[in-house]
Amino acid sequence: MSAGSLSRRPARAPWPRFLGRAFTHLVLMGGGVLMLMPFFWLISSSLKAPYEIYVFPPKWIPDPPRWENYAEVFQVVPVFRYTLNTMIITFFATLGIVISSSMAAYSFARLRFKGRDLVFSIILSTVMLPFAATMIPVYILFTKLGWVGTFLPLIVPAWFGGPITIFLLRQFFRTIPMELEDAARIDGASRPRIFFTIILPLARPALTVVVVLAFLHNWNDFLAPLIYLQKRDLYTLALGLNALQYFEGGLDWTHYVMVMATFMVLPVVVVYFLAQRAFVEGIVLTGLKG
Amino acid sequence: MQTQAVSGTAASAPRRRFWQRLNFEETLFGWLFITPAVLGFLLFHLGPVLASLVLSFTRYEIITPPRWIGLDNYQRLLSDDLWFKSVQVTLKYVILFVPSALVTAYAIALLMSRNIRGIALYRTIWYLPSVVPVVASAVIWRWGLNPEFGPINYPLKVLGLPAPRWLTDPDWIIPSIVFISLWGLGNTVLIFLAAITGVPRSLYEAAEVDGANSWARFRHITIPMTSSIIFYQLIVNVISSFQVFGVAYVLFVTQPSASSAGPDNAALFYVLYMFRNAFGYFRNGYASAMAWVLFVVIMLLTWLLFYSQKHWVYYETEGGGE
Repeated sequence: MSAGSLSRRPARAPWPRFLGRAFTHLVLMGGGVLMLMPFFWLISSSLKAPYEIYVFPPKWIPDPPRWENYAEVFQVVPVFRYTLNTMIITFFATLGIVISSSMAAYSFARLRFKGRDLVFSIILSTVMLPFAATMIPVYILFTKLGWVGTFLPLIVPAWFGGPITIFLLRQFFRTIPMELEDAARIDGASRPRIFFTIILPLARPALTVVVVLAFLHNWNDFLAPLIYLQKRDLYTLALGLNALQYFEGGLDWTHYVMVMATFMVLPVVVVYFLAQRAFVEGIVLTGLKG
Repeated sequence: MQTQAVSGTAASAPRRRFWQRLNFEETLFGWLFITPAVLGFLLFHLGPVLASLVLSFTRYEIITPPRWIGLDNYQRLLSDDLWFKSVQVTLKYVILFVPSALVTAYAIALLMSRNIRGIALYRTIWYLPSVVPVVASAVIWRWGLNPEFGPINYPLKVLGLPAPRWLTDPDWIIPSIVFISLWGLGNTVLIFLAAITGVPRSLYEAAEVDGANSWARFRHITIPMTSSIIFYQLIVNVISSFQVFGVAYVLFVTQPSASSAGPDNAALFYVLYMFRNAFGYFRNGYASAMAWVLFVVIMLLTWLLFYSQKHWVYYETEGGGE
């Protein structure tokens, strides 16, 4: 993190500055507590007995915590199946988007050919395209292919690259010195070879960013699975969680819903903390420009 | 913060001559490497948008082939009360959410840009909710906002304040969804923070020498220097707000063909209604017409915002790196 941007002002009286700092801490801390509260509430509810969820005033700490909830949920919902499905989709979709986007990004960043920048800006402009505008024809396309009710509609499009991923990787590839590539060219290395042995290894930080963002996107996705995976044994965690709260959903199942929500949120939070730096870089980079 | 553009420096002039001889090879691999992306654009973006335009002039229910009916779908929209309802709901959300999100995020980013202790921790915490899946966040808040047992109404009741029936009172449903969305504000904060900390300090120092107070510095340096990011965030947030779907679906819809979305259809967002037409009732032509109206509205708005930017967005002449 770079140092704070507001410069020190020596001529100022000490009191307002102290108050300013106290105010800043107060707001950020108060807001921070509000941000964290739902996580606490989620975990706390997942350890409650059904009746404890319906007490007033709300109980923040279950007494005693019902750890059994976490075992019982497996008998109520095929959590393993849902997790496996989510992992398969997330893995193959992430793999696809990273491979094809990095190829395109390499080309856009470092190869010179006619029409390159025009094609790049056209592809990038699809960021602005509302998904609603393409949803129905794409669905019809996959229906005609007989892919509805399989994982293919969720995986295959990723293999055609994604504009934001391409943009992010292109920005990074442009920072790699051209001289490295020139030297390899003079030694007779082919383009694909340069790409795989020089560019990709150097781009590891950027690839991490992209993998993390793609993981999050696929793991969290709701609309696409909802459209394409209509059979219960194909459900992802998101669909399973949504179904659980309605289907079985009588009042007494809320604690299981919370357990399952915890299952879904936990990997995301872990990945967030593990890859936080890469993650923040990605957000900042993608946020700056579409 | 900003990635440096390396190509196009003075040193590249002799190299360019060298490359010109190899131009065929470069063109070949250049196109080869972007082939998947170009196909993806045609198959999943350009093709579908055009197809959706054509479909919007047809009656198409998947089982029977599409039949041309001209502007009928568009005319039907105008007499469809639910369509008007969905427009209303969506506009209400956009108008409530976008300004409150941008102003709050900017204010928080300003606070975070100060050189204070524990800033890294604050950033981590504030960002965390942004990674939570939308389904999980809806599930959590459904209970958090429960009027009887939820922790949000508890302090309100204790203080004797009116405790709204958040998700069951039609008037409170949109504010509730705005509230839930604001929980995930962290990514906007982060982007603003990056922009604010990227403003050159020398500008502030110079202004200080000229005797500018902190308000003047904020007004005449911070805001203009970050206006391109504010502008970008405005567009991104408007586009995404028009397309709210997940939260509303998880909170209020039990089945694709469910006949309502919340009490008095107060959560019937535009895309939700479109989804119901397409995947609940299989009215693909009608839903495509809805999609195109949305597309055109978003395009017009984006265009208007782009048009407006010359009046308020400041770009450095050198900036951008492109």
